[in-house]
Amino acid sequence: MSQNGETKNIFLSGVGGQGTILAGNILGQVLLEAGYDVKKAEVHGMAQRGGDVTTHFRYGKKVYSPLIKEGDVDFLVSFELLEGLRYINWVKPGGKVIINNHRILPPAVNLGKMAYPAGMEEIFKKHFGENFWIVDGRGIAKALGNIQVANVVLIGALSRFFPSLEPEPWIDVIKSILPPRLHEINVKAFYEGRRAIKIE
Amino acid sequence: MKRILQGNEAIARGAWEAGVTVGCAYPGTPSSEILARLSEYGEVYTEWSPNEKVAMEVAHGASVAGGRALVCMKHVGLNVAADPFMTISYVGVRGGMVVAVADDPGQHSSQNEQDSRQWARFGKVPLVEPADSRECRDYTKIAFEISERFDTPVLLRSETRVSHCDSPVELGERRESGMERKLDKKEVSKLVMVPMHARIRRHAVEERMKNLASYAERDFPFNEMEINDPSVGFIASGVSFLYTKDVFPQYSFLKLGMAWPLPARMIREFFDQVRKVVIVEELDPFLETEIRAMGFRVWHGKDLVPSIGELTPTAIDRSLSKAVTGKETVSVPARFDTEELPKRPPNLCAGCSHRPLFYALRKLKLFVFGDIGCYGLGAAPPLSAMHFSTCMGAGVGGSYGAGKVLGEEGLGKICAVLGDSTFLHSGIGPLMDAVYNGGYSTTIIMDNGITAMTGQQEHPATGFTIRGEPAPMVDFEQLARSVGVKHVRTVDPYNIKETVEVIREEVARNEASVIITKNSPCMLLRRARPQERFRHSHYRIQEDVCRGCKICLNVSCPAISWVAEEGETRDGDRRKGRASINADQCVGCAVCVQVCEFESIVPLAE
Ligand SMILES: Cc1ncc(C[n+]2csc(CCOP(=O)(O)OP(=O)(O)O)c2C)c(N)n1
Ligand code: SF4
Ligand code: SF4
Repeated sequence: MSQNGETKNIFLSGVGGQGTILAGNILGQVLLEAGYDVKKAEVHGMAQRGGDVTTHFRYGKKVYSPLIKEGDVDFLVSFELLEGLRYINWVKPGGKVIINNHRILPPAVNLGKMAYPAGMEEIFKKHFGENFWIVDGRGIAKALGNIQVANVVLIGALSRFFPSLEPEPWIDVIKSILPPRLHEINVKAFYEGRRAIKIE
Repeated sequence: MKRILQGNEAIARGAWEAGVTVGCAYPGTPSSEILARLSEYGEVYTEWSPNEKVAMEVAHGASVAGGRALVCMKHVGLNVAADPFMTISYVGVRGGMVVAVADDPGQHSSQNEQDSRQWARFGKVPLVEPADSRECRDYTKIAFEISERFDTPVLLRSETRVSHCDSPVELGERRESGMERKLDKKEVSKLVMVPMHARIRRHAVEERMKNLASYAERDFPFNEMEINDPSVGFIASGVSFLYTKDVFPQYSFLKLGMAWPLPARMIREFFDQVRKVVIVEELDPFLETEIRAMGFRVWHGKDLVPSIGELTPTAIDRSLSKAVTGKETVSVPARFDTEELPKRPPNLCAGCSHRPLFYALRKLKLFVFGDIGCYGLGAAPPLSAMHFSTCMGAGVGGSYGAGKVLGEEGLGKICAVLGDSTFLHSGIGPLMDAVYNGGYSTTIIMDNGITAMTGQQEHPATGFTIRGEPAPMVDFEQLARSVGVKHVRTVDPYNIKETVEVIREEVARNEASVIITKNSPCMLLRRARPQERFRHSHYRIQEDVCRGCKICLNVSCPAISWVAEEGETRDGDRRKGRASINADQCVGCAVCVQVCEFESIVPLAE
């Protein structure tokens, strides 16, 4: 995605426990090995208690700031629908959006005080048209037998947008980060994610 | 070899490469991973200390004996450790001593937003400020050298966006420090800070700062000047430099790797080379105040750059673009009003033992003097069961002090709650006060067997060291009795009725009392097998029994949600909606079961 060394910005959002951190780690290692400088920022604090989580991910020839400027996101990858909508204004004109088709109700919705936003797919379609993809990461992961691998499905989907990178470096990094007993299912999840993206 | 390291990991790596022999810390976001990672290096003795003051003192002892020592804490931890810190500045060191302090601008997980650079000026010690992981490693290494060369502790200031950011680092090898390990009685005039000696050291400290200033000027390799377009020059340090460089890459920069003391001549040279100077720093106008006091004409600083909250490239762009480039920032028009979206604050985990305890406190309608930890989440609605919280340990003294004003009127109305780690950190002193000075107060120790809030660190009552080796355990009951508390009781918080009764009795007493929770391990503490305690693994709500009274929603369990759907119970009661349990999230703690008045919650058939 990055040409002539210019810095590119990927923003991951989701809910604590969805595996955004692992996804960011895979991305970081793959791009480092591809020869880029990388920076990644995340707030850990209360991530484990079901709060919202974000990762700023930047790569290029030389990256300074670890944080992305609002409106400069080239790629928004959200692990949850509402958490995608929350950052819709961060994406630059012409930027791309991948969203996992998964709803996790926030407390105010659980308590019946607020409604979970409706029609999100349409909102994204309206603003991003062909640059918007919805991926059934959770469904795919469930079919593979472990909902935890939805994050790797999304990484697989994202990998389609790095045409100069073959699947192998991604697979190698996934294997180097995860314990062997999880290799097979995660490799499958990665390929399923790649297949889930149709690019015209 | 190049590896991607988190800032904290890189600080640990730098310390290890510098031959550190002792590392101590009390956990605190965003600093905790420094020591956790350092403990993985076999050559280094590491420990979770009971609090930051102890950690600072252990590190200093190690330094005096000739070992290189690293002590780590979050920004507010340095308040706790301030007493030793301010005088260690006078005593100085033998083995290099580095104090790593991590700030939290924007208060992602802190009770305040203080700027730790102020400690450098206040304590008269040098401060280095890395911006990314490579610098974390490099600055930590050089900080040990500065410490030994100038006989001073060195502050290494990090912050959330340095500690919790990942970037590549070229790894180096470990080099042992050549310092002889010994204690020297001839050094007493330097090691015993009685007034007579300290007055002499006071002069040495001033002399040291002068020498450090000329070192910062001439030898310190990380104060760097870069002259590009000279129409505007930026002075910045740490991550603020990175943000500014990203937003205004074409201009000139003076990047200060050492934020104290300042290199006056270098600053003069920068002012000579550029036409206008802008100072960009997060939080306080620390550099700006000093540089203005040196007599320089600063064009812009805190008149435009926000001093509250986290600085970001967005904030820098919005506050400075017009002045610097003459052009307003053009922002992407909003596609959606995201402010209106439901927020997603963190919540206590399903099954957490803090939940039933707070539910009991809520039933008793007490004014709860709380504290900091996961249980701080008990303040949020709908539990709303905490009404006071300032800093670690403050709840115990607070409730006791309030009782002194309310007198008999307050009996049965107040109590203090705090976690096991927080109690050991700073709850014992105020408990002694309550006994010694004779007042009433009930202190509830919510013992979940670990420091949970900051990510599962061991402490003196968990039975394990930082490396997971078995260790002696503090016994809270015996400890409370030994400071003179006569009424010490334990409760199983999952039995709400009994818990309510015990608390009711103790808060009514005109004496100090302590209640300790049992059978209450953190849900994330795997070795305690927290889920196995529960009789059933999941519960469900019988749709045709639930009357939609919403009372179970008050326990604030993430597994319970409201379904707005009109209907009828099996005995014909009309209802507006019903509650439902998500079996994926329910862990079977049975707290909601005890709260429901219609017996509609039953075990899910396994
Ligand atoms: C002086 C100081 N040091 C560290 C912290 C960070 N911190 C907040 S709460 C806490 C400990 C929480 O542990 P515990 O009291 O056992 O409660 P739990 O989270 O397990 O419920 C820590 C380390 C702080 N806020 N202030
Ligand atoms: S981490 Fe432990 S103490 Fe914290 S909310 Fe979860 S169960 Fe409770
Ligand atoms: S039993 Fe009730 S309170 Fe406990 S985890 Fe399940 S739904 Fe939540």
